[in-house]
Amino acid sequence: MTVPLLYALAGTVLCGIGLLGLLWLSHLLRKLLAFNILGSGVFLVLVGLPQHQGGPDPVPQALVLTGIVVAIAATALAVVLIRRYYHLSGMTSLEDEPPARKGGRQ
Amino acid sequence: MTLYLMAGLLFTPLAWAVLTLLVGFTRGRLITWAGILVQVLVSLTLWLAVSRDGGFYYGLGGWDAPLGIELRVDGLAVTFVLLTAVVASACAIHAGVYIDPDKPWHRYFWPLFWFLWSGLNAVWLGGDLFNLYVGLELISLAAVGLVALGGSVAALRASIRYLLAALLGSLAYLLGVALMYGQFGTLSIAGVVFWLDQHPVPAGSGLALALMIAGLALKTALFPLHRWLPPAHGIARSPVSALLSALVIKASFYIAARLWLELGEPLGSLAAAQLVGLMGSAAVVWGSWLACRQPELKQVVAYSSVAQIGYLFLLFPLTYSVSESVALQARQGMTLQVISHALAKAAMFLAAGNLILSTGSSRVNALTGVSRFLPFSLFSFGLAGVSLMGLPPSGGFAAKWLLLQASLGSAQWWWVLVLLAGGLLSAVYVFRIYRASFLDGPETDQFYHPPRSLELVPMVLALMALGLGLVADPVLSVMALPLEDGSR
Amino acid sequence: MTLNAWMPVFALMTSLIAAVVIFALPEKGYRLRTTVNLGAALLKLGLVAVMVWGVFRGVDYGLSYTMLPGVTFMLKADALSMMFAGLSAVLWLLTTIYAVGYLENSPNRARFFGFFSLCVASTMGVALAGNLFTFFLFYEMLTLSTYPLVVHRGTEKALQAGRTYIIYTLTGGAVLLLGIAWLHGVVGDLPFRPGGHFGDADPDIQQSLILIFILLVAGLGVKAALFPLHGWLPQAMVAPAPVSALLHAVAVVKAGAFGIVRVVHDIYGVEASSALGLLEPLAWLAAFTILYGSVRALSQGDLKRRLAFSTISQVSYIILGISLFGPVAAAGGLVHLLHQGIMKITLFFCAGNYAETLGIHRIEELDGAGPRMPGTSVAFTIGAFGMIGVPPLAGFITKWTMGSGALAVDMGWVIAVLVASSLLNAAYFLPVVHRLWFREPADRWPRECRWGKLETSAWLFWPPLLTAVMTVMVGVLAALTFSPLFWAELIVLREYSP
Repeated sequence: MTVPLLYALAGTVLCGIGLLGLLWLSHLLRKLLAFNILGSGVFLVLVGLPQHQGGPDPVPQALVLTGIVVAIAATALAVVLIRRYYHLSGMTSLEDEPPARKGGRQ
Repeated sequence: MTLYLMAGLLFTPLAWAVLTLLVGFTRGRLITWAGILVQVLVSLTLWLAVSRDGGFYYGLGGWDAPLGIELRVDGLAVTFVLLTAVVASACAIHAGVYIDPDKPWHRYFWPLFWFLWSGLNAVWLGGDLFNLYVGLELISLAAVGLVALGGSVAALRASIRYLLAALLGSLAYLLGVALMYGQFGTLSIAGVVFWLDQHPVPAGSGLALALMIAGLALKTALFPLHRWLPPAHGIARSPVSALLSALVIKASFYIAARLWLELGEPLGSLAAAQLVGLMGSAAVVWGSWLACRQPELKQVVAYSSVAQIGYLFLLFPLTYSVSESVALQARQGMTLQVISHALAKAAMFLAAGNLILSTGSSRVNALTGVSRFLPFSLFSFGLAGVSLMGLPPSGGFAAKWLLLQASLGSAQWWWVLVLLAGGLLSAVYVFRIYRASFLDGPETDQFYHPPRSLELVPMVLALMALGLGLVADPVLSVMALPLEDGSR
Repeated sequence: MTLNAWMPVFALMTSLIAAVVIFALPEKGYRLRTTVNLGAALLKLGLVAVMVWGVFRGVDYGLSYTMLPGVTFMLKADALSMMFAGLSAVLWLLTTIYAVGYLENSPNRARFFGFFSLCVASTMGVALAGNLFTFFLFYEMLTLSTYPLVVHRGTEKALQAGRTYIIYTLTGGAVLLLGIAWLHGVVGDLPFRPGGHFGDADPDIQQSLILIFILLVAGLGVKAALFPLHGWLPQAMVAPAPVSALLHAVAVVKAGAFGIVRVVHDIYGVEASSALGLLEPLAWLAAFTILYGSVRALSQGDLKRRLAFSTISQVSYIILGISLFGPVAAAGGLVHLLHQGIMKITLFFCAGNYAETLGIHRIEELDGAGPRMPGTSVAFTIGAFGMIGVPPLAGFITKWTMGSGALAVDMGWVIAVLVASSLLNAAYFLPVVHRLWFREPADRWPRECRWGKLETSAWLFWPPLLTAVMTVMVGVLAALTFSPLFWAELIVLREYSP
């Protein structure tokens, strides 16, 4: 059991937690946090697994750096959208349907 | 020279995104028109270059993979690059007139549009699995932004749902990439194929492929993972819906197709292939069924997208352990289906936008009398419908023919039923629209007539979809051109 | 490529370009639209006449190019295509004239004439197709371009009829596509060749060939109104009279029958079809349809519906003729393609005249219409007698030829069918003729319109008279060169001894 393998297994566990949270929680911010946990899990696997097989490797680390940047951008967009949604509708989840609205330029 | 063309295709859209970020909507429109001219010319030049010389690799900045970014262009990639240029230009021209310049959020329209375009080019030209992930994310974030530009609560709900689905799909894909890198030590598809040639297939390596394809299927809205698509495509502004249905969902499918075509045989299984085909068939039936029941015009078109995506996934069972000629026919059918669906669906959404503008309502039964007073827009919609139904001489028919031949050639005759029944089911909802518009209504013209430029764009796209069947052969011969180098 | 290669394309282009121009013209541009229509019709007639002469002398017209991998788009003019193309061109001209008059003062004329031209272009394409794939292309185009014509009036009834029409024809198209795709998979891309391709077919593929034949005939049989696929035809009568005339005399039903002729003669070949045991069931089905259509026609009170069932019955003559394994019978069936077209269009023109001028839709309203509208009623009478088979009219020539052909191949039961059908035709046509001439009219016509000196508008008056004259002439002059009968015999000669 090498250290990288431990990271990879921890990453898998985080993936599972994040996935469950993303699917089952209804509050949008919690879904977003779950997504970030899922992302972190994937990054851990991405770093741990190859380094367990072949030793230290710069490539996955570069990939994870890129991935973190992408995750930040995605989270920022999500926060903006959720904030605006809350501001307009007062709701924090997608569960309840608002009253149907007609018209509008489509 | 072609190397610079390729790099240009990736970076000029980014440059244009930055430029349009600095100005408002109206000036941004002018800048965009200059930009689409450049992009169309560059894409066309690249297409001609590839059709003459064949495909090739290019490492950006001279750095090779895996640390450098590598672009690869072969016949299939350049065909999709050109398709993107045509459809995106059309949508941009339409949007320039259609989108209301006074709403404050709309100043972000052009930057998001250009980011979307650069993401699409990144996916078509991407050489390794991770850069494909970056391209996918860029596309998703830009697309979500475009959907949210509607500003209403419904648009925000749709965009949030879309964002969550897209992110889940991307992470599933990334996890698959991680597993693949862990097992094979390489990020390029060709590299994996090379590795598999030399070593026996390790146990459980199908899991990586399955994860990737599942994530991509979610992003392509394959049944039963399609729930996010109808709200997003139906509620967004029409030019945005056109871009989404025509191009965005094809990007994730493109990657899935590439993966399957090269890694399906060693890593997949017959059961998996048939399962994917089955889900595609279910998409065709379910999407068509729901399209017939929607009261709103754009929702009909959105569910039609769900149905048409199902055909694309017939590629999977038709290329798994079949003869070379059958696999070629399946690939050709898929390519024609992608191209004709992109053209026809963009035409349909843009025409629907015109019709909604004219009638003032988004409901199907508000179309009464349209065929009498607004024949031009209706005709574009109608011609696009011909391609969706797969009737000759459209590209949709050519695709259906090739897929039929592939199914018959590989003795998988059950897909024949899906193809034929799907065509008939799509006729049900297309003719539902025709019927609503042929119904005779008031004697006088009470419709608002949109500007000619708005009506011309979908007509041109629809005519291209219709005529695609007639010129299918040269298109397909370029598409089949492979890369020059071997595996890496 | 030589001029000869492009001739079929030119013939197609006349109506395609006419359609585009008409769609682009404003609704109010009557004169220009009528000029474009008639000009294109005359031009097409000229081109077809040139090709007919050329085909007679053995000139090769046609072109082909690869449309999809392994599939060619092929146009070719042979004797059979020229028969159908000639019929289409002549009748298109007459129907255009008629439609101009019929639709006067009604809305949506640009839409109507645009799709009308597309319909004729598709029919010409069906006639000039050189292989099954190209045939299918234009066949489906025909379906699409006729839908707007059927629903032209925009009423609920019209839309309902359109829906039924589309369900039948698209399903038939899907079945046909399956047959064609399967055939391609089994033997590849086959051009139409008199004598067929399967003279000495491989025994391994015989099973597939039989199934494919059934699929092809089923798909084509929808448009050809073979029982039980005929349900769309009576409902489509809700369309305006020029549409009914075009659909029933020229375009849709004939395209279906033409397709079946192509499959039996030029893909399978009569020898092979007979050897595979396919011709006898087809003959029985055709015979049944003949009798069924006639029996149903007896009970129809609406004039156009009676004519519709008569069409269902008459088109199957063509199929019966070619499914008898003998050249004379085949000639009889083929010549009926032309004869039935001319006679039926006469009858529909007259029905339209009665509806437009006197508001008559039902047969009982026809009492005494003869003296009121003598020209139309004379044309109707000639058409009706032709259908019954009174010599020396066109219908008689058909029945005589088919009867002799049936005797030649020892199928006496066909004669019984022909006789029974003629009796039934008399039973449902003679009462109408009787009402026209020998009954007193009611006090008022349902809805009368006066047009000036002639009994009806000039546009509506001349076409049925012209076609009635043609009915007489093709019968009387049947022995001459270039009569339809001569042409049919030419086709059969090239088929039975390639």
